[in-house]
Amino acid sequence: MKKFVTSALAATLVAGSVLATPVMAAGTQNIPLLVYRTGPYAANGIAIFAGMIDYFKLVNNRDGGINGVKIKYTECETGYKTDRGVECYDRTKDEYGSIYSPVSTGITYAIIDKATHDKIPVFSMGYGRTSAADGRVFPYIFNFPSTYWSQATAIIRYIAKDLGGMDKLKGKNFAFIYLDHPYGKEPIPFLDIMAKKFGFTYDKYPVPTTSMTEQKSIWLQIRRTKPDYAIMWGWGAMNPTAIKEAASIHFPMDHFIGNWWSGSEVDVKAAGMLAKGYKSAAMHGTGKNYPVYTDLKKYVYDTKQADNLASAGDVLYNRGLVNSAYVVEAIRTAMKKFGNKPMTGEQIRWGMENLDVTAARIKELGMTGLTPPVKVSCANHEGNNPGIFVQQWDGTKWHMIGDFIPAMSDIVRPIVEQEAAKYAKEKGITPRSCS
Amino acid sequence: MFYREAGDFKTTYKADQAIFPIALDRWFVVTVVLVFLVVVPLLASNYMLESILTPVLILSIAAIGLNILTGYAGQLSLGTGGFMATGAYMAYKISTAFPGLNIVFVLIAAGLCAALVGIAFGVPSLRIKGFYLAVTTLAAQFFLLWLFTRVPWFVNNSISGVPTAPPRKVFGFLVSSADSDPIDRYLFVFIITVVLALVAKNLARSRIGRMWMAIRDMDIAAEIIGIRPLTSKLTAFAISSFYCGIAGALWSFAYINTVEPTAFDINRSFEILFMVIIGGLGSILGSFLGAAFIFLFPILLNVMPGWFGLEISVTLVTQVELMVFGGMMIFFLIVEPHGLARLWSIGKEKLRLWPFPH
Repeated sequence: MKKFVTSALAATLVAGSVLATPVMAAGTQNIPLLVYRTGPYAANGIAIFAGMIDYFKLVNNRDGGINGVKIKYTECETGYKTDRGVECYDRTKDEYGSIYSPVSTGITYAIIDKATHDKIPVFSMGYGRTSAADGRVFPYIFNFPSTYWSQATAIIRYIAKDLGGMDKLKGKNFAFIYLDHPYGKEPIPFLDIMAKKFGFTYDKYPVPTTSMTEQKSIWLQIRRTKPDYAIMWGWGAMNPTAIKEAASIHFPMDHFIGNWWSGSEVDVKAAGMLAKGYKSAAMHGTGKNYPVYTDLKKYVYDTKQADNLASAGDVLYNRGLVNSAYVVEAIRTAMKKFGNKPMTGEQIRWGMENLDVTAARIKELGMTGLTPPVKVSCANHEGNNPGIFVQQWDGTKWHMIGDFIPAMSDIVRPIVEQEAAKYAKEKGITPRSCS
Repeated sequence: MFYREAGDFKTTYKADQAIFPIALDRWFVVTVVLVFLVVVPLLASNYMLESILTPVLILSIAAIGLNILTGYAGQLSLGTGGFMATGAYMAYKISTAFPGLNIVFVLIAAGLCAALVGIAFGVPSLRIKGFYLAVTTLAAQFFLLWLFTRVPWFVNNSISGVPTAPPRKVFGFLVSSADSDPIDRYLFVFIITVVLALVAKNLARSRIGRMWMAIRDMDIAAEIIGIRPLTSKLTAFAISSFYCGIAGALWSFAYINTVEPTAFDINRSFEILFMVIIGGLGSILGSFLGAAFIFLFPILLNVMPGWFGLEISVTLVTQVELMVFGGMMIFFLIVEPHGLARLWSIGKEKLRLWPFPH
């Protein structure tokens, strides 16, 4: 019973710390970052958050902020753990609660309701709850440019293209290697639907989160069953292990396709030349060959402010850049309506929903080729243009191959709406009208 | 000087056998409970209530549960996460199947489900002891999580497999889901914790508790004096799992708002075992101390630099947090292997003699 003493002590200490955080000068756009630079997913986190932060610094140094309003961000380390993520959300939301991009499916799920209640938008760029694409039920959650389900259908479409037509899918066998986690299991219902529709079969190979680096038995089985293609939904230490194992059983690497969380430098560098030919989906371009990097060099790298220069140009670093660019554009959109002052969560939500990043705007941002145009609407939070690029590893670098592959929205959208309706019913929400 | 028993006479057996026989202790505990019931909700920020106090209380319930099994009955268990998951998933299932059912009954039913599962996995304990039992309970941990993530029935066929806790009310106050007021949620969890802690404390002092302790200290001797290992071990498993199940359900309903399998993975089992060991095996107070220490200390280390106005990178802070926390655990185990609860009672002993120690 007397634990109360200690918790009271700790409580006062923690409370004190909350009160003691320096009060912001009025007039900054505060943005929270739930980062993970430690733990099993640190290698991925370091690159992504470096990209996000460097873009904010670029906007501050080059343009003096967003329409003159400086960005001020804060970091809170989650270690990719859901409960620490929730704690970080609560810790930052009063002062910094403008828009969250947790880059973790688990944390996204946990804060969806809280953020909706607190009227703070959550931007889960290409991850998180897929059914949140239905903006009528999830007004505060955004998952453009594409959800996992859309991505799964686009990957199958790519394989069909590779084989020479949708009808060629019939009778083929695929291996699906995935992280045994809500994230990894998301596409399974769609693989089932498509397997039935196109007549292919697939075997599931779950990799437990507790032993991501032990996949010998999985790959021995794959060597025996000889699938036509292997599709991977991996993250963290699981990816390099899978790619190395695939190489060691001489699996044809150009028939091994990862999703966009399984296609960064940290995943393939360990295998190096052995991984040559490995493909992955991508939502944006790779490398540094974009005009925005000239500005980054001038305003951020040369002034020694880079968060982690080593990861500049990496796939995940670019993802961080694109994530921040979307956030900044959404805030800019909101400012057009509400004026050039720091935006609240609710105002940014409006900005996200009315976001229209056109090709012309992308050119102005110096990001042509880095990110495709996207337009968000009230009903559709996945954006009007879901789909993937495909990139291939040549042993030292990622290369974009082929054109943009659109998702099969005709299959995905009805299920999104059905799942969202189920959620709305369970929670007793009346979907808002978007017309 | 201030803390003493002089003049504290017991005239009845009842008074002699009270939970807190010393009047000063009694008043102290009552005051602390009242402070947390009345003063804290009035003064504390929402962050304190929903992100600090609520999870600590929920983890304390789980730690009490494990303490019953490991601390009192001497059965080492690594299945805590699995039993918590059982509570969480069953609470979700029951609550969505009977939306009108009061959340209190949902929690009890979820706890009972967890208790049944606990009994099933407790059966090997009749044959297996010590570390070997730890391995069989580990099987419970992995099997249960596997079951809940594989069988879509448990999540009402939700495609994502991570359903959201439905909003539920107690006496008109919303206590689950994100829309509820942190104060209501905190008070709900607090009252449940107090009730469960009282029950556990009394169980431990009763015939059942003494049975458990006899089995823990020497099972053969206990059997010879007429204690049935079957009932005592299985009741320990059942009651322990009941507590863990309620903790799991509360974790999902009143804290993270989603029924998520990764919240109950093997790390959670270890975390709660550490709480029990650091707090003190065989002590209800220790469960609270351990839960507070293990949950709050890392957060405290994480926010402390900012509190002194130090600009340190979050990465460094987190690395330091891991190092200091690890060091502290080793330090505590070396200085006081019996846990924080023992430190507390040593402190009380010292206070009793102060300022004239002999």
